[in-house]
Amino acid sequence: MDIGLGHYLTVAAILFTLGVLGIFLNRKNVIVILMSIEMMLLAVNLNLISFSVFLNDLTGQVFSMIILTVAAAEAAIGLAILVVYFRNRGTIRVEDINLMKG
Amino acid sequence: MIAPFPDLWPALPEIVLALSGLALLMLGVFRGDTSTRTVAYIAVVAMLFAAVLSMGYGTGRAVTFNGLFVMDAFGVFVKVLVLVASSLAVLMSLSYLEREQIRKPEFPVLMLFATLGMLMMVSANDLMSLYVGLETQSLALYVIASFRRDSAKSSEAGLKYFVLGALSSGLLLYGASLVYGFAGSTSFDKLAALLAGGEHPSAGLVVGMVFVAAGLAFKVSAVPFHMWTPDVYEGAPTPVTAFFAVAPKIAAIALFTRLLVEPFGHMTHQWQQIIIASSVLSMILGSFAAITQSNIKRLMAYSSIGHIGYALVGLATGTEEGIRGLLIYMAVYLFMNVGAFAVILSMKQKGRMVEEIKDLAGLSRTNPMLAAAMAIFMFSMAGIPPMAGFFGKLYVFLAAIQAHLYTVAVIGVLTSVVGAYYYLRIIKIMYFDEPAEAFDPVGDDGMQAILIGTSLFTLLFFVIPAPILNAAAAAAAALFAG
Repeated sequence: MDIGLGHYLTVAAILFTLGVLGIFLNRKNVIVILMSIEMMLLAVNLNLISFSVFLNDLTGQVFSMIILTVAAAEAAIGLAILVVYFRNRGTIRVEDINLMKG
Repeated sequence: MIAPFPDLWPALPEIVLALSGLALLMLGVFRGDTSTRTVAYIAVVAMLFAAVLSMGYGTGRAVTFNGLFVMDAFGVFVKVLVLVASSLAVLMSLSYLEREQIRKPEFPVLMLFATLGMLMMVSANDLMSLYVGLETQSLALYVIASFRRDSAKSSEAGLKYFVLGALSSGLLLYGASLVYGFAGSTSFDKLAALLAGGEHPSAGLVVGMVFVAAGLAFKVSAVPFHMWTPDVYEGAPTPVTAFFAVAPKIAAIALFTRLLVEPFGHMTHQWQQIIIASSVLSMILGSFAAITQSNIKRLMAYSSIGHIGYALVGLATGTEEGIRGLLIYMAVYLFMNVGAFAVILSMKQKGRMVEEIKDLAGLSRTNPMLAAAMAIFMFSMAGIPPMAGFFGKLYVFLAAIQAHLYTVAVIGVLTSVVGAYYYLRIIKIMYFDEPAEAFDPVGDDGMQAILIGTSLFTLLFFVIPAPILNAAAAAAAALFAG
C-alpha cells in the first residue's frame, strides 16, 4: 500500500483533535494543557510539511520553521506565567483556577 | 543567488517602533526602575511619530518583502487608530504603575512591542506574516496581563489568556495549513487571484477558511469564542484592561476584515453566514450577560463583546459601505472606551482601586466632572444621539439594510435597547443614588487631559464628523480596489 497525502493529513487531524480535546477534557494539570498546545502546533507542522512535499513547493516548510520558532517562545512565556501562578496559589490543578467566574 | 534588498519604505512605522523598542529596553535595563516614566514618554513619542509616518503614505498601495507586507489607505487608517489607542493606554498606566509598586520599564516596552505586532497584523499580506504579527502581539499581551506578579488574580488572568490564546493560534494555524494545501499558496494576492477564477472553492479550502475565521474570532472575542474575555478583563491590572479593550480589538478586527475581503472576497457566500451568526450571538450575549454584573471591568468586557457584535454587522454585509461603517464604529469605540477606562482608573478611595459598580453611587455630588464624563461615555455606548456612539451604530445598520440584512439590523437595534438598560443603570446610580464614599481627586494631569479630550470627542463628534467619515470611506475603498 502506498502512503499518500491522505494518510499524513489523517494523522495530523487525529493529533490536532487530541490536542484540542486535551485542553478541554483535562481536569488535572496545567502542564498537560501546555503539552496539548504543543501537540496541536506539531500537527499543523505535519500538515504543512506533507502539503509542501506533495505540492512540490517550499513555502510550507518555511512556514513550519516559523511555527517551530514561535512555539518555542510561546512555551517559554507559558511556563513563566505558570511559575508566577504557582508562586501565588501553590497549585497548578486546573479545577483550582477559579478565582473569577460569571 | 542573492535576493534583491526589500523596499523598506512601506514598513517604516514598524521599523521605527521595533528599533525604539530595542533601544528603550536597553535604557530600562541600564537605568533601572527610576527610568519608567522616561521610557514611557519616549515610547509614546515613538508611537505618535509612527502614526505621523503612516499618515504620510496617502492613498497608494505599496507591497514589499516579496509580497508579505502591504501598505494602503486601509492600513493607514487602522494603524493611526491603533497607535493613538496604544499611546493613550501607556499614558493612562503611568500613575497606576507607580501607585501599585509595579513601576517597571518593561511595561511600556512590552506595550510598544504589542503595538508593533498589531501594525504587522494590519499590514499582513500573507498567512505567514499574519501569524508572525499576531504572535508578536499576543506574546507581549500574555506577559502584561500577568504583570502584577504578586496578585493571584492577575496571574490567573494571564494563564487563562495564554491557554485560550494559544488554542486560538492553533486553530488559526490549522486553518492556514489547510488553505495552503488546498489552494497551493499562502499569499493573499495569489489566493484572491485563484478564487477569482469563478470555479467553486474546494471543501478543504472552505474548512481551512472557517478554522482561520474561528482563530480570529477568538482574538476579537466574538461569541462563541468570547469566554476568556470577562475573566481576563477582571483579573488583569486595570490599565492593561483598558489597553486590551481597544488596541488589540481594532487591530484584530482589521486583520479579520482584510482577510475576508481580500483573499476570500470571492467566498462571501461561505463566510457571510458565519459572520452573521457570530455577530447576532455577540450582540445578544453582550447585552443580556452584562445586566447581572456588579464588577465594572467585567461589565466592560461584556460591553466590548456587544460592540464587537455591532462592528461585525458591518463586516457581515461584505460591502464597501459595511466596511466603512465598521471602521467608523471602531474609531468611535476607541475614544469612548479609552474615556470610560480613564474614569474607571480614577475610581480610587484612599489610594486604593475600587471596581464595583456600587462604588459609583452618588458620584454626581462628590465629583460632578467625573460623573458627567462617565455619563457621556455611557450615553454614547448605549447609542443615544447626538453622541458619537449613535453614528457608529447608524452607519453599520444603514449598511446592513442596504445589503438586505434586515433581520440582523432589527436584532441589532433591539439588543442595543437591552444594552441601554445597563448603561443607563450606571448613570442612574451616579446621579440618583445616595452618595457612597467619595473618590480621591483625579490629580494626574495626563489623566485629566485624556478625560476631557475623549469626552469632548464623544460629545462633539457630530459637529465635524467629515474627517473620520472621509478617511474611513477612503480606507474601505482601498480594500475593495485591491
